[in-house]
Amino acid sequence: MAINPEFIGRTYPPTQVYSVGREKIREFASALGDTSPCYFEVDFALGLGYPDLVAPPTFAIVVTMKAGEQVVFDPDLALDYTRVVHGEQRFIHHRPIFAGDELTSTVSVDSIRSVAGNDMITVKSEVHSTSGELVSTVYSLLVSRGVEEAS
Amino acid sequence: MTWVSFSEVHVGLELPIQEFVFTRANLIRYAGASGDFNIIHWNERVAQEVGLPSVIAHGMLTMGTVIRVVTDWLGDPGKVIEYSARFTRPIPVPDTNEGTNIKVSAKVTELLDNNQAVIAISAIHNEATVLAKTVVTVQLEP
Repeated sequence: MAINPEFIGRTYPPTQVYSVGREKIREFASALGDTSPCYFEVDFALGLGYPDLVAPPTFAIVVTMKAGEQVVFDPDLALDYTRVVHGEQRFIHHRPIFAGDELTSTVSVDSIRSVAGNDMITVKSEVHSTSGELVSTVYSLLVSRGVEEAS
Repeated sequence: MTWVSFSEVHVGLELPIQEFVFTRANLIRYAGASGDFNIIHWNERVAQEVGLPSVIAHGMLTMGTVIRVVTDWLGDPGKVIEYSARFTRPIPVPDTNEGTNIKVSAKVTELLDNNQAVIAISAIHNEATVLAKTVVTVQLEP
């Protein structure tokens, strides 16, 4: 069932504050097998001019997860989660994310397309610090695979 | 500061190739660290029920891993301004000690104003591309 394009532009309330912790950055970097001292050694990060540990470039996916779930589980959109796959991902970092950041994510439906029986929905998350600074803009393309008869 | 200055970089510059290994343990660890507990990444029975050959790596694990070709070269991951990828092919991860590996290369494709460079990443698994349009924009020193 095609998603109604009228949902383009639908915006959801900002998420609760996500507090970026040093240990979470270390855990996430470790899970990527990445040993860069920027993720582990505070003094090293300070030496590069940063206020604290730097988060890996894809860490914003953790920060925006709750925001994205608002769309995926929105009963109005009625996405069949078992048929949803991650098609594309894009991060725009206006500045890096650092340990100690307090962030909220505001998500909106950026675009909806139907290609060969599949619904393609692009979700846009804007990550702001609690002081109002735009930190990252994150786009996720979700593909809801159509049933085979429809393709 | 970074370890790479704009003046040392030119279009066509190839960054050092790296190989990365994914095992089941890597998938479970990434699930825990990221909070992405989608069952197709850790339960072989369910993965096969939905038509996959095996459990598959998280696309975001792949994306987060392959950018190390750029950030290891750069020395400072805080200089990544933009990063995008298209997930074209899943990476099945077998239940073996060896796991499976991906070979990752990267090349500078464009120089921008303000000492920025655009780098395209290529990730190969079993002789096939697993990510398409994998592009990183980085900020370099003058």
